[in-house]
This record gives sequence, structure tokens and C-alpha cells, in this order.
Amino acid sequence: MFEEVIIAGFGGQGIMLIGRLLAYAGMLEGKNVAWMPSYGPEMRGGTANCTVIISSEEIASPVVPYPKSIIVMNKPSLDKFEQNVKKEGLIILNDSLIDQKVSRNDLSIVRVPANDVANELGNLKVANMVVLGAYVKKSGVVKLDTIFKALEKALAGRNQHLINLNKEALKQGTELAKE
Amino acid sequence: MGEKILMKGNEAIGEAAIRAGCRFYFGYPITPQSEITAYMAKRLLKMKDAAFVQAESEIAAINMVYGAIATGVRAMTSSSGPGISLKQEGISYIACSELPCVIVNIQRGGPGLGSIQPAQGDYFQATKGGGHGDYHLIVFAPSSVQELVDLTMDAFDLADKYRNPAMILGDGLLGQMMEAVEFKERPKVNLPDKSGWTLTGCKGRKHRYIVPFDLDPRVLEKLNKVLDEKYKRIKEKEVRYEAVNIENADLVIVAYGTVARIVKTVINNAKKEGINIGLIRPITLFPFPEKIIAETASKINKFLVVEMSLGQMIEDVKLAVSGKAEVNFYGRTGGVIPSPVEILEEVKKYL
Repeated sequence: MFEEVIIAGFGGQGIMLIGRLLAYAGMLEGKNVAWMPSYGPEMRGGTANCTVIISSEEIASPVVPYPKSIIVMNKPSLDKFEQNVKKEGLIILNDSLIDQKVSRNDLSIVRVPANDVANELGNLKVANMVVLGAYVKKSGVVKLDTIFKALEKALAGRNQHLINLNKEALKQGTELAKE
Repeated sequence: MGEKILMKGNEAIGEAAIRAGCRFYFGYPITPQSEITAYMAKRLLKMKDAAFVQAESEIAAINMVYGAIATGVRAMTSSSGPGISLKQEGISYIACSELPCVIVNIQRGGPGLGSIQPAQGDYFQATKGGGHGDYHLIVFAPSSVQELVDLTMDAFDLADKYRNPAMILGDGLLGQMMEAVEFKERPKVNLPDKSGWTLTGCKGRKHRYIVPFDLDPRVLEKLNKVLDEKYKRIKEKEVRYEAVNIENADLVIVAYGTVARIVKTVINNAKKEGINIGLIRPITLFPFPEKIIAETASKINKFLVVEMSLGQMIEDVKLAVSGKAEVNFYGRTGGVIPSPVEILEEVKKYL
């Protein structure tokens, strides 16, 4: 089993967090994991991305020029990474902020209205969980339950009250990936 | 014990240092290693008989280390390229005084203020002394977050064993990435007693001093010879490397740290195309694993050195190969990380 995914969007959209949750869940399921952030002069409103690798073997190169999957939360990220995705790969995109068509026709595309779903749930900030839910469902890389466990760990303490909202966003994301 | 934790490389170094008994950290923040400083602040400020100081400069920080280790405690500083350059005077003083400490360099693009992306351009500085005078550091080149942990702990032990500063030479990628790590139970090692030289107050005994000089050339030459003997012992006993697939390889790559990991992907990709690549990965850069390289050079006639620099370690590889095989070079600089694809293309040029 080997998966490499690049997650990208605006700084502030929770890109790094969903990457860490994914890596943590992979570790909980006994896999080797690596999480690598872009760390240029990023800031809120700028672009940010991270790479997550989950593998049953030792992870060699942590540098992934051609990922199997990408999760893109905004248009600049789609422009930047679309052409690099491997054939028969997967693109999960935030349909609320990206209206353009994907030019590739040799891979799977899941369009998720993440911001709209998050707004309906009453908190725009969980848009990242909606796309993560869709990704987990579509890729089958880790179980949704394991993401829940990772979430409980990540939001323990003063953010405890946000766990259920985030779980709901994740669930709705998985529903959207079924169609 | 045995439990895996998902940790950022920089934080893992901090945790490893604390578990190795380091209670004194002095540093000044710089990307891409600032999480080490932040982690040490978070932990040490809550501990008894411990000190954390965000110094006014890198020069101050290394001299605070100098002071602390003269009393026999374990101390550490960390920085990246530009900051490590500022520390060189102090590091040379510490080497001359034969004091143990750990210095971490999470390399970034250079020269000058450079960039903040990963690089390996500080190899010469780390392995050839770095500051003025004849001295060496014991230099470790980890290539995973787990190795950052294990080698940081080993660095404290070897520094104590040889009374010599040790360096962890990482890069921005290793410092920033997260991987699962395990803090394993470590076998107890016997280390020399420090009480014969530490400055702990001379009440009830003759006073001592620790200085980084001797104005009598003959006495200073004697000290240089003592250091030289020590480096010879280190070269004999402390060499570490990993060799992968070097028997019957079409070509052997020598690479360390992050680049060595990328090369492992190259090896797998090359296999699918029927190309057999070997890897020698130095884990200690000083002492350098020259013996295995020399032995390999008598069997395999093509080498490629890959670095994130214009070519620094290649000089040590060439010395070890000693003309017995062809040694080529591929490098990226400024913070650019070579991809597995481009390295394989380079390999094909020589086959």
C-alpha cells in the first residue's frame, strides 16, 4: 500500500491540519507516514500546501513531484498541481471556490462544495474537513473512524467542543464522495 | 516506550536532547530550525536545574554553551547556516578546550543569507573544522526523523566520550517534516567521569581553569597532537554508514541525509528499468566512511555523488576512491531539492 497526496489551498483554510490528521491516522493504522509542509513565507491569505505519504513500506523520498492524489481548496492550487497528478490519480477539489473545469480526463475528479456545506453547518472553518471526508471515502487510504480518533487527539483540551462539528463535516464529505 | 509519536523533526531533536539529559539550551531563532528553540523553551522553562536562554545573538548563545559545559552539564545550541557561521569562533574555542556539547545545524540555501529551503552547502564547514585552527567536530548526518532522535542522543554520548563538540547536520526538509518516531530504551553506556576537569568552585581543592589558548608554541603544539590522536581514535572507532545494494551494482551513488532518501526511490525506479544502483550513505560525515568507499571502488568502477550543493562531499569520496573508479557529480543548490526522476536521468548518462 502506497499513497502520496498533496493538499493545497489558502493559508488559513486548515490545509496543514488535515494533512497532519491524515498522517496521524495512517500511523494509528500501523503504516509508515511522512508529512511535509511547504514553509516559504506563507501567511493567512497566501498559498500553503503539504505532502502526506502513507506506506506499508519504508518511505524513501519524501519529495513528491508527481502525486497520486491532490486535494485543492482554491483555484491557484488547482492551476499549480493539476498537471502533476499521476495518470489514473485522484483530484478532490473545492467546488465552492473553483468553477473552472479540470483539463485532465485520465483521472478521477470529485467536486465538493466544501464552503457551502461548511456554511450550512454554521462554521466556514470546517470546509477542510468536508474535503478530507470526501478524500478518505474516495481513496480508502485510512478508515473514517481512524480520522475521528486522530481528530479527538488533535482537538483535545480547549477545542474539545469543536469535535462533533468537525466529525459532522467529515461525514458529509464522505456522503458527497459516494455519488 | 515502544509507542510511536508523530513529530516534527525539529521538535524531535529537542525531545531527544532532553531525554539525553540536556538541561541547558542557548539559541537564537532562525528558519528552518526555530521549532527547536521553541520546543526547548516550552520544556526547559518548566524544569528544575535547567536553563533556557534566547540569547541576544548566535555568538552569545555559543559562548553561553561554553560556560555551561565547563561546569560539566550537557548543553546544546542550534541554528541554520548564517547563525552557525556566527558561532564558529566559539566552536573553535570549545574544541580547543576539549569540552563536550552538541550543535545542531538545520541547513538552508546559501551562501549569504541565502534562502530558507533545504540545502547541504555547509558540509565543508561542518566536517573540516569550520572555525579557525586545526580541529574537527564529530558530525552526524541523519536522514529521517527517527535518526534525528537516535543520533542526537548518540551525539551527546560521543561528545562526552571524546570531550569534543558534536554536530547534527540536518537540513530544512528533515527539520520541518513529521514522521512517526519511537523513543527507544537505550543501553547504558559507560562514559568518562567529568569530575577531574569541571569548574564547580574550588573550595577544598586546587583551582582549575579552562582556556582556549596557550601562548607557549611548544605547549600548544602538544595540545594539537593530543587533538590529532583523539581524531585518529574517532576515525578508527566511530565510523557509521549504510550500504544498500552495492554488490554487483552498475553504479554506486554516495549521498547523505535527505538526498540519500531520495536516492532510495531512485534505486527502486531504476530496478524497474533493469538498472542496478547501489548506495553508500555516510551516517557520520566526520569520521568519513572512507574504508567502505575504497573497498567498493575496487569492485565497482562508476560512482556518482549527489548533494544539495555544488560538490563538497565529493572531495572526500574522491580521496577515498583514490583514482580506482570514475567519480561523477550531480548537485542542486539554493534550496532546490533534486527529484528522483532527474537523478535517474543523470545516472543513465554514465551507463
